[in-house]
Amino acid sequence: MLVLDQLVEGQSLETFTNEHITVEQLKQYAQASGDLNPIHTDENVAKSVGLPSTIAHGMLIMGQLGRYVNQIAGGNATVKNFNMRFGAMTFPNEQITCSAVVESVSAIEATINVYASKGENQIVGNGQAVLVFKGEEA
Amino acid sequence: MSNKHLIGLKSEVFHYKVELEHLQNFAKAIGDDNPLYFDEEFAKNSIHGGIIAPPTYPIAIGATGGSIDLGLDQRRMLHGEQSFMYEKVIRPNDELTCQLVISDVYEKAGKNGKMEFILLDTEMRDSSGELVVISRTNIVYRPKKQAV
Repeated sequence: MLVLDQLVEGQSLETFTNEHITVEQLKQYAQASGDLNPIHTDENVAKSVGLPSTIAHGMLIMGQLGRYVNQIAGGNATVKNFNMRFGAMTFPNEQITCSAVVESVSAIEATINVYASKGENQIVGNGQAVLVFKGEEA
Repeated sequence: MSNKHLIGLKSEVFHYKVELEHLQNFAKAIGDDNPLYFDEEFAKNSIHGGIIAPPTYPIAIGATGGSIDLGLDQRRMLHGEQSFMYEKVIRPNDELTCQLVISDVYEKAGKNGKMEFILLDTEMRDSSGELVVISRTNIVYRPKKQAV
C-alpha cells in the first residue's frame, strides 16, 4: 500500500494495464452509466457518422484511470480531485495502460499526473488526481 | 458569438439514491474489481470505514436528471474534459440532491479560430445540505465553420 512519505516529486509509479475493451463491455457501460449514445454500441450508427467502428465512452477510459487512481490510493487515501482531458478515441479490442508521475507532495496530500495510453504509447487522455492521506503520522 | 449569457443557468433539482447494486454494476462495467466497492469487511478497515463509490460514479448520477436547454448546436459540442471535486465520498444509500449549473463560459484562441468552453457543474449534496461532489463537464464548443 502506498504511504505518503514514500512519494517524491517526479517519481514514476508502477503502471497498470486494463483488460481489452470489448463490445459487450461498451453495452454494459452504456447501461450502468446511462450514456446511451448509439455510437458506443451500434456499429451501423457509428459508421454512419464516419467512425470506423463503435468507440469506447470517454468516461469508460476515465473510469479505467479512476480504477488505477484508487489502486494507488489503496485503502489509505481519499481521492479529493480527479480530472481528465480527452484526446484520442479508443476502440473495442484496444487496451488502456495507465501510468502516473508524482507532481507534488505536501503534508497530507499528493498530486499525481495520470496518463491513459494505448498501443505504442499513444496517449488517449491525461489528467490529475489529488489524494488526501488522513491519519498519517508526520 | 459569445455564449456568456448562459452563465448561471440552472436545471431543475433532482434526487438520487445510491444503490449498492448499481454502484457495483458501474464498477464491474469498468472492469474495476477494487474491494472498496465489493468487500464490506475490507472497506470497513480502510480509511473510508465502509463501501464507497468509484471516483467517476457521479457521471451515472448526472445522467438521471438535470437538463438545461443551451440552445446550441449539438454537433459542435465536444466533451473535452471531466473533473470530479469531492468534499465527501459517495456511499451506498446516500440520498443526494443534485442540480446542474452553468458555472462558466470562456473563450480561448485555438489553431482553427476562437474556441469556446462551457462548464457544466452538477452539484450533489447530502441530506443535510452539505456538498458531496461537483461533477464538472467541460464542453468544447467548436467554431461554426468546423461543423460537419
